[in-house]
Amino acid sequence: MARAVSSRRKSINTALAWGIGLIIFFPILWTILTSFKTEGQAIADPPIFLFFDWTLENYSIVQERSDYMRFLWNSVIIAGGSTLLGIIIAVPAAWSMAFVPSKRTKDILMWMLSTKMLPAVGVLYPIYLLFIKLGLLDSLFGLVIVLMLINLPIIIWMLYTYFKEIPGEILEAARMDGASLKSEILYVLTPMAIPGIASTILLNVILAWNEAFWTLNLTAANAGPLTAFIASYSSPEGLFYAKLSAASTMAIAPILILGWFSQKQLVRGLTFGAVK
Amino acid sequence: MGQIILNQVRKSFGDVEVIPPLDLTINDGEFCVFVGPSGCGKSTLLRLIAGLEDVTSGDISIDGQSATELPPAKRGLAMVFQSYALYPHMSVRKNIAFPLRMAGLPKDEIEKRVTNAASVLNLTDYLDRRPGQLSGGQRQRVAIGRAIVREPSAFLFDEPLSNLDAALRVGMRLEISELHKRLSTTMIYVTHDQVEAMTMADKIVVLRAGNIEQVGSPLELYKEPRNTFVAGFIGSPKMNLIRGGAAAEFGADTIGIRPEHIDVSDTQGQWSGRVGVSEHLGSDTFIHVHDTGLADIITVRAAGEVDFKHGDTIHLTPRADQIHKFDAQGLRI
Repeated sequence: MARAVSSRRKSINTALAWGIGLIIFFPILWTILTSFKTEGQAIADPPIFLFFDWTLENYSIVQERSDYMRFLWNSVIIAGGSTLLGIIIAVPAAWSMAFVPSKRTKDILMWMLSTKMLPAVGVLYPIYLLFIKLGLLDSLFGLVIVLMLINLPIIIWMLYTYFKEIPGEILEAARMDGASLKSEILYVLTPMAIPGIASTILLNVILAWNEAFWTLNLTAANAGPLTAFIASYSSPEGLFYAKLSAASTMAIAPILILGWFSQKQLVRGLTFGAVK
Repeated sequence: MGQIILNQVRKSFGDVEVIPPLDLTINDGEFCVFVGPSGCGKSTLLRLIAGLEDVTSGDISIDGQSATELPPAKRGLAMVFQSYALYPHMSVRKNIAFPLRMAGLPKDEIEKRVTNAASVLNLTDYLDRRPGQLSGGQRQRVAIGRAIVREPSAFLFDEPLSNLDAALRVGMRLEISELHKRLSTTMIYVTHDQVEAMTMADKIVVLRAGNIEQVGSPLELYKEPRNTFVAGFIGSPKMNLIRGGAAAEFGADTIGIRPEHIDVSDTQGQWSGRVGVSEHLGSDTFIHVHDTGLADIITVRAAGEVDFKHGDTIHLTPRADQIHKFDAQGLRI
């Protein structure tokens, strides 16, 4: 039986949910608003919420000073490349763990996850030295590899849980029908796991897009993505809130838009299998 | 072509031996049913033949060639799964065409065979639907269609009807039997339902704990069960197994008498008891008789309608020529 909820209670809940949603969204909203203010209004006390002189000046200055498109392109390459490479490696890995598990499968999964427990800075030094030796510093290729490796445990974990939901009999049927391992993964498993794979891709693009530690430490002028673009506005010239906000807005806009349009897919993927 | 020979096939999972060494020959064109209680290893045996599990030792040959080391696809067998295992993202047409596509057949040949299979199975109107839009019986037919287009040397069925409701099950049972008559291809069929086994099989293999208890035609098993397990498993309602004094009279440790081989009377008989539950089927009445001093319950079948009430005294007379005798080990004497 459906639980009876009075209409009053319902409206309170709705208001509460909106309130919490707004609180969570407020910093982003504030950043976006600030980006349209003048520097003076940006630091005005008391803060001005909506009634200021809207201006696009910050954006033109930011665009003039640094090549936004180049940073954007680097972000696209790094986030897209590392995710794609990760998926290509993770699909067979998750397949084997989900459908032909060995005694150690659970341990391997835990071990992979444990690598995420190590603070990144703990391995910065060795990786930095490796990058110098291999000539990978400030290269897109190097960053794609590093970010792929960093997110690989999450990709494998997510795919593993999605694959577990797929009945093994269907894959056995494919085997009986004469499918090779490649065909089985390509024509049967992957299409069935599309919602899961899509949300994995999406989540990892977002993670890689926002990743700041490695992208800041391993890049300079050439391969810097949008995180480096924002960072370049925070330190050298003191704090210019309006310009920094404009830069931030430009950096988060693509991923925000992507997330907005794919939220249905994302939610469906994240709750995949939870409800039959 | 589809003779399957198992030679000393053994399977263990870790330390647990599920199937002790076992020999079995399934002849070309035969409808062979593996039947047994759940956990008896019948599905495992089928999966060994399919190649979905590797044998621990022993040899499986199909059409005179050893298939032990062959992957499932190379064995020339087709399988219908309990859950149907259809590809949910493909239309019925693509589901049926999948094995042909994997075999690399030309497009027009695939189209021809799919159309043919669809018309045989009454699926022509559903070819462009997804499995999710089909009823249980239709899904089952798609699964069978996917199996027949390959023209395999044998079909393997793993409890294919257990997800269907009772009425549909009877219908599909007939369809599968008819399919077998028409194709005369070897079929191996796994079920825990002895009625399915009796009605469909040329040859029944009764399994218990991985061991073959008896192999034979349905009537052989019915008339001459080799031991008390087969005696109790085959036939519905179950054979009455009686131990003690009444059995000793016949010079046996246990005697078995089927419900249909006991005559009932309200006046006189060899045994007597009190009527418990009566099941009225119209054509027959099954009466559960208590307090006979022979076994907890003796089930008897009376033809048509009989008028015994709960608690009435009833007299039973077994037909002497229909009594099965078993020794202390449960083996037929």
